[in-house]
Amino acid sequence: MPVLYLVLIVLALGVVGFFLARGRSLASAGGDARNLHSLPFYYGSNAFILATVPALLLMILWLILQPILINGAVSNTLPDDAIRDGSTRSLVMSDVRRVADGLDVAVERGAMTEAEARDIRSEFTNVRDRLAEVGVALGSNVDRPTLNAAQRYRALSSRYDTVMTVLVLALALGGAALSYAQSQKDFRARNTVEATVRILLILASTIAILTTIGIVLSLLFETMNFFRDYPWQDFFLSGSWAPNFRGNSDLGVLPLLWGTLYISLIALLVAVPVGLFAAVYLSEYAGPRLRSVAKPAIEILAGIPTIVYGLFALVTVGPLIRDAILTVQDATGWWPNFGPSSSSVMTAGLVMGIMLIPFVSSLSDDIINAVPQAMRDGSLGLGATHSETIRQVIIPAALPGIVGAVLLAASRAIGETMIVVLGAGAAAAQFGAEPGEFLNPFEAMTTVTVKIVSQLTGDTDFNSPETLVAFALGLTLFVMTLGLNVFALYIVRRYREQYE
Amino acid sequence: MTDATATPASSDVSGSLLSEDQRTRRRNRAERRFQIYGLTAIGIAVAALLALVASILINGLSSFQQTFITIDVPLPVETLDSDGDGQLDRVTTFTIKPLLEQAFIARVDELGVRPEGMSDGDIGAMISGEAPATFLDFVRNNPDRIGDSAEFRILANGRIDGYLKGGFLKPQRVTMESAERDANVTPDQLRLTDALVEQGVVAKQFNWGFITAPDASENRPEAAGLGVAIIGSLYMMIVVLVLALPIGVAASIYLEEFAPKNWFTDLIEVNISNLAAVPSIVYGILGLAIFINFAGLPQSSPLVGGLVLTLMTLPTIIIATRASLKSVPPSIRDAALGVGASKMQTVFHHVLPLAAPGILTGTIIGLAQALGETAPLLLIGMVAFVRDYPDLGLDGFTDPATALPVQVYNFTQRADPAFVERASGAIITLLVFLLLMNALAIFLRRRFERRW
Repeated sequence: MPVLYLVLIVLALGVVGFFLARGRSLASAGGDARNLHSLPFYYGSNAFILATVPALLLMILWLILQPILINGAVSNTLPDDAIRDGSTRSLVMSDVRRVADGLDVAVERGAMTEAEARDIRSEFTNVRDRLAEVGVALGSNVDRPTLNAAQRYRALSSRYDTVMTVLVLALALGGAALSYAQSQKDFRARNTVEATVRILLILASTIAILTTIGIVLSLLFETMNFFRDYPWQDFFLSGSWAPNFRGNSDLGVLPLLWGTLYISLIALLVAVPVGLFAAVYLSEYAGPRLRSVAKPAIEILAGIPTIVYGLFALVTVGPLIRDAILTVQDATGWWPNFGPSSSSVMTAGLVMGIMLIPFVSSLSDDIINAVPQAMRDGSLGLGATHSETIRQVIIPAALPGIVGAVLLAASRAIGETMIVVLGAGAAAAQFGAEPGEFLNPFEAMTTVTVKIVSQLTGDTDFNSPETLVAFALGLTLFVMTLGLNVFALYIVRRYREQYE
Repeated sequence: MTDATATPASSDVSGSLLSEDQRTRRRNRAERRFQIYGLTAIGIAVAALLALVASILINGLSSFQQTFITIDVPLPVETLDSDGDGQLDRVTTFTIKPLLEQAFIARVDELGVRPEGMSDGDIGAMISGEAPATFLDFVRNNPDRIGDSAEFRILANGRIDGYLKGGFLKPQRVTMESAERDANVTPDQLRLTDALVEQGVVAKQFNWGFITAPDASENRPEAAGLGVAIIGSLYMMIVVLVLALPIGVAASIYLEEFAPKNWFTDLIEVNISNLAAVPSIVYGILGLAIFINFAGLPQSSPLVGGLVLTLMTLPTIIIATRASLKSVPPSIRDAALGVGASKMQTVFHHVLPLAAPGILTGTIIGLAQALGETAPLLLIGMVAFVRDYPDLGLDGFTDPATALPVQVYNFTQRADPAFVERASGAIITLLVFLLLMNALAIFLRRRFERRW
């Protein structure tokens, strides 16, 4: 990976520059650091920053722009007749890139020489077979325009790579030389370095904004692509989810939303009472001995990865529920609709509820502790029992906060993936089939997150609506959880001041 | 409050303070009930934790043991080195396989334990499909043993392994009854296994391969291991540490020490608190769209996985770092500024070192979270079946790899029930890593944290 070595070379240049500049500044002050404007360290740091930062910034920018520029250049030279019916320029371009990558791999593994890869002709060689020999699988035979474009693509990238390497190294050397020239005893090195560091700190803190923008853009962009192929009315309002490899799929979000909300509801029905009562008991009743055992135990639940809960649902809880129901069925002949599958709304909901217990309890714990002691004392002083104080004074006072905690837990439940992937099954809720069937909690039911995973890890073509629907689902999920979070934080903040 | 103010006319006001009246009794009963609810809730939470851990341990501990067949295998010159030039270039697993089978059959007959009417093929099928490859490696590394014979530990078939495993709370995966119905194993093979266990030829031993070997195909659960997954996870943790720690600390320093109160700072704050609550799978979509489709980074590589996890971990690290910067008392800053340090020097020379233990603790907890994360990695192609170890140098970051939690998911997607044991075993390995990281975090907190 030449880019990585380039980075290492630039960093090494920076280190060399550090010591050279430091030495020169000291020399200019006659070897006595007291005559310098700044400490010698700052002259060295100035050199390091000048040598590395501009060079690395250029490199990052270049790496982002290069594929776009090359793509544009190669795409413009593609003759119109190279684009077959039912294909698009961008599809052909992705073929071109794949062939170019394949040629790279072939050269790297020694299956082809550099000259061969450059001059190979589709008229004389079956490129697809040659590439398959080195483990690069292509979907179709490589025709002449594609191969030519791929070779042009490779030539351009290698030329751009060389130019980039030269420019980056020149910039690094130039920066080092400039800083070397600057390193005189009157140069205000500390101020310069501190100003730069400050800018770097600001840049680091904007990553959060960039991430959000990245999330929103990537979701919006592909979602728009999806809605170009698939009507948005059908997506939002259709009650049927039936993706089909060959196209003509029903991609309605409602069955998935129903599954998500149903499972989340069951999870909250488990987590909220248990978490709330546990928090109340631990903060109001429990002695130090019980607290020292129970509190860490509940916190451990919070640290366990969700895949572990998922496996627990799949291996233990699911079969347990299934067997219990089969026993009831055998004994009473009741519950005729339940199939032998062990994944169900109930399985996923119960396990997700366990996962949310520590979330609810630690949030409620904070909120209950924030209720002023004077309110407790007042209530107890009037003769209320402990539980009356809790039910009639503390809980009402903490209610807004608790509602906020429940909403945050709900947003967690909606976005949870692994538990539902392993515990809830892959079949979407069927609204029409049999009345009330979609209400049966012992039926397998899929969720938004499960379908994001299955549509994006499947084998369908990336630009088909069956794959792109995952981005629309992701956007739906993002908007829902964001809305819940913002609302929850608003409630918590608005009512927090009340007792402060 | 209503209870305290309203005095029902019917209540017995003339009663003694020493004897409970009816209403007091009722209120005390309600009090006890309430406490029982609380205790039940705690009991449910603790029981759930115990059930979870017990289920994983019961299912998974056996994966650290594996059934091996120990026999002497002859290494005849004529098969291994048929052209006599000392080179082993013509040897393949196809030439090795009969060697192992014949040696095993010979051993069975020598002991005289062959069940009546059992064919050679059935006996040979008790050897794992993975064994010839392992044996081939052994022969290649020890060419001087050719012409001799070597005692060798051969992996037994997954069904034989399943027959010998089971016990405490866990039913056997393969029994005589299930073998009747199973096309992959015969009751005779199980009877022979029983006899060979008595003779000490077949035995369960500690299975290093589970930790070091790469994944194996669907039909060879006995050979599947976590080697590639552990290396992949390790590489991702390195990427996360190298990127998330400096960026997170830098962002926190700016927000906590330098940032003026304005709309831009507010925007950053709101973004960080929202990013902490974005579902992890959305980060996977981001990684797929930006890092793979837009930037063209290689799929299933630890680099992309590490980048995605970095973005996910940043809010955690920033929140922890800011709390720990906030806990350094202002007097430290005032003293440094008072003796002439610049603002930047104050922060980097005095505040940051004092906050370091808290930052480290937060970072380790963030890393532990990242280590257990699965969903976003599924979307960036880490579900792929990877058998080759990634390169151990810098190139390893762009080689395809998988990760421990993803490997668990992969195991659960396979049909053979033997993979349930493997998945649980992988989770035990994952939990051991998490436990070590959290223990380190707690140790650092106890040892270095200062309270002012």
